[in-house]
Amino acid sequence: MLIALFADIHANRQAFSACLAQARDQGAERIVLLGDYVGYGADPEWAVTTVMELVDKGAVAVLGNHDSAVANPREQMNLEAQIAIEWTRGVLGASQRKFLAGLPLIANDGERLYVHSEASSPASWSYVTGTLEAARSITATSAQIGFCGHIHQPAVYSMSATAKMTAFTPTTGSAVPLLQGRRWLVVLGSVGQPRDGNPAASYAMLDTDKRELTYCRAAYDIEQAAAAIRNKGLPVWLANRLFQGR
Amino acid sequence: MVKPLYEPGAVVDGYRLDERAHIGGMATLWRVSRPGATMPLLMKVPLIGEGADPAAIVSFEMEQMILPRLTGVHVPKFVAAGDFAAQPYIVMEAIAGKTLLPRLPELPLPYVEVAKIGVKIAMALDDLHRQHVVHLDIKPSNIMFRPTGEAVLLDYGLSHHFRLPDLMQEEFRLPFGTAPYMSPEQLRGIRNDPRSDLFALGVLLYFFSTGVRPFGESETLRGMRRRLWRDPVPPRGLRPDYPPWLQEIVLRCLEIEPAWRYPTAAQLAFDLSYPTQVKLTKRSERLKRDPLTTVLRRRFNQGATRPYAKQALAAQLSSAPIVAVAIDLAEGSAALNDALRVTAGRILATLPAARLACLNVLKQGRLTIDFTLDAQGHNRQIDRLVGLRNWAEPLKLQEPRLTVHVLEAVDPAAAILEFAQNNRIDHILIGARQSSLMRTLLGSVSAKVAAEALCTVTVVRPYPTVAEEKPSSADDSGPSSTD
Repeated sequence: MLIALFADIHANRQAFSACLAQARDQGAERIVLLGDYVGYGADPEWAVTTVMELVDKGAVAVLGNHDSAVANPREQMNLEAQIAIEWTRGVLGASQRKFLAGLPLIANDGERLYVHSEASSPASWSYVTGTLEAARSITATSAQIGFCGHIHQPAVYSMSATAKMTAFTPTTGSAVPLLQGRRWLVVLGSVGQPRDGNPAASYAMLDTDKRELTYCRAAYDIEQAAAAIRNKGLPVWLANRLFQGR
Repeated sequence: MVKPLYEPGAVVDGYRLDERAHIGGMATLWRVSRPGATMPLLMKVPLIGEGADPAAIVSFEMEQMILPRLTGVHVPKFVAAGDFAAQPYIVMEAIAGKTLLPRLPELPLPYVEVAKIGVKIAMALDDLHRQHVVHLDIKPSNIMFRPTGEAVLLDYGLSHHFRLPDLMQEEFRLPFGTAPYMSPEQLRGIRNDPRSDLFALGVLLYFFSTGVRPFGESETLRGMRRRLWRDPVPPRGLRPDYPPWLQEIVLRCLEIEPAWRYPTAAQLAFDLSYPTQVKLTKRSERLKRDPLTTVLRRRFNQGATRPYAKQALAAQLSSAPIVAVAIDLAEGSAALNDALRVTAGRILATLPAARLACLNVLKQGRLTIDFTLDAQGHNRQIDRLVGLRNWAEPLKLQEPRLTVHVLEAVDPAAAILEFAQNNRIDHILIGARQSSLMRTLLGSVSAKVAAEALCTVTVVRPYPTVAEEKPSSADDSGPSSTD
């Protein structure tokens, strides 16, 4: 089965549409959404509605910190994120807010586990920045393959049978075999606000039969997404950074 | 987990174990057969279980990831892999013949033969590097030859693939490799420099041509680390008849600093193929090792070694291409040759590690017997070589970047294509012949080269001068068939 995985969509309609279209062309049979559907971007309403429709059709979705902040003003965030979330609260309707509030922090799917941030304490939204956090995340659950987002930079971590860690920055389009006999943590790049220096939208495809993971990039109309952010009166930096992928 | 039984006659996932071919420190090799198999097969089974080296498992996992992704004549074909959790094994093509290991009692080999072996291994390394892999364990027992002559590189258990997780990198604090062949940077834990393979090949060439290992056989870390500052005895100090060109090549491979070695395996193969054109530097003259002061400076100034910037292998290789330019020395090609020089100059200026091979084809008659001397008694080969150097002179290239070659052939396009393929040329520059009469009679060489080459081809034309008013042929003057 081919699973398409998306993280950190951040209300970027142009980016998420491009990724969904490309993943469908690649033959994605299942969709997994790893949180942060809103925040930063200009189309939170569309983003949440799209996620709701996908979940109706069988997609798996977990909660991100920006999604949680919609109903929970006490979530700690930086200033720009706070401004964007305050604006988002005024845009989302009741059914959308209810949907976000009802999302789980963690979802299990056979040998796989989906979570937005580091899995040992998912509600504290810690980042997986290196092998230490990755090891903590992997040992916190019994899943063979864990998937998360949150940091907006793609990475693959592996833990051997003797608990030694390996870190790896994946190459776009080059399949990585997720060998049996070791445990893996797959950190996704961001759909709606990439920060690895490549402005194209980032997502991943998992072939469960071959146990192969491929990171993908989708080019999208950044001009339009940035214009929408400016038009909504959101901080200009949120528009500008899209062009740099930083 | 039920342990599978590996013994002669046993059947594992449909493969019958026929005979144990080799027992190594990390794995056992079995000759296996299967109904319908189109080639002889080998099964590699890692040594795992109690007391086994944990590195054996990781290196087996690495090979299991890397081998299925490799293609071409220089690697054994991957056939199948067993699930690691149940029955770990890899089935691959069994290469006929022996490795280079049984040849050790014959050492030293004749220089020309060493160079020939070196070209084949360097070609195989070039192919491997272009597939994003650094081998990191080049040594006689990992090298075989197909009946058609190509070298085959075995054992990817210690290799680094630029597009796959490097499980070896963080699993172990100790460097992995084979002590006599390990490069200085490998000792420092660097696993992503393709020039480490050129160092190992340099050790092999030194050993095969002198009968002596340049850095001895010490297996201790302390003994191995000496190569970080101590240079080997120059081969000419061991064998007085040692050719300077071969010493130049071998010592360049053995440079401590990777940047001082050949930038690519293809460039090394090129020099080994054309000994007379190797630029002989100080390296070729040395009879003794570096003086103690130099060695001490290297020994105690380790901090001065530049830190490594990780560069994608593909980018590293493409920054050091071999460019071939086909030059027509006939009269009337001056404008075209100027244009070719401008194009070549641009490429060489952008890529300081690129080198240029200037080609000229000496056409042979199909039926007549050709003599190397022309009517005036000049040696035509030498005249052409002089002509090529003269063409290249304004480029002001330093000698190691420039070589000149006269190819004798009936079909010029075929000769250029063959040269390009045999020497791993990355880019061919060729002029489009302007004279339409010649083109009609002979066919276009550039068109054939552009159509059939496996590498990039740039067809160059002189800057068009504003066309003179041509009498138009169709409607006005001239004989016409209508009246």
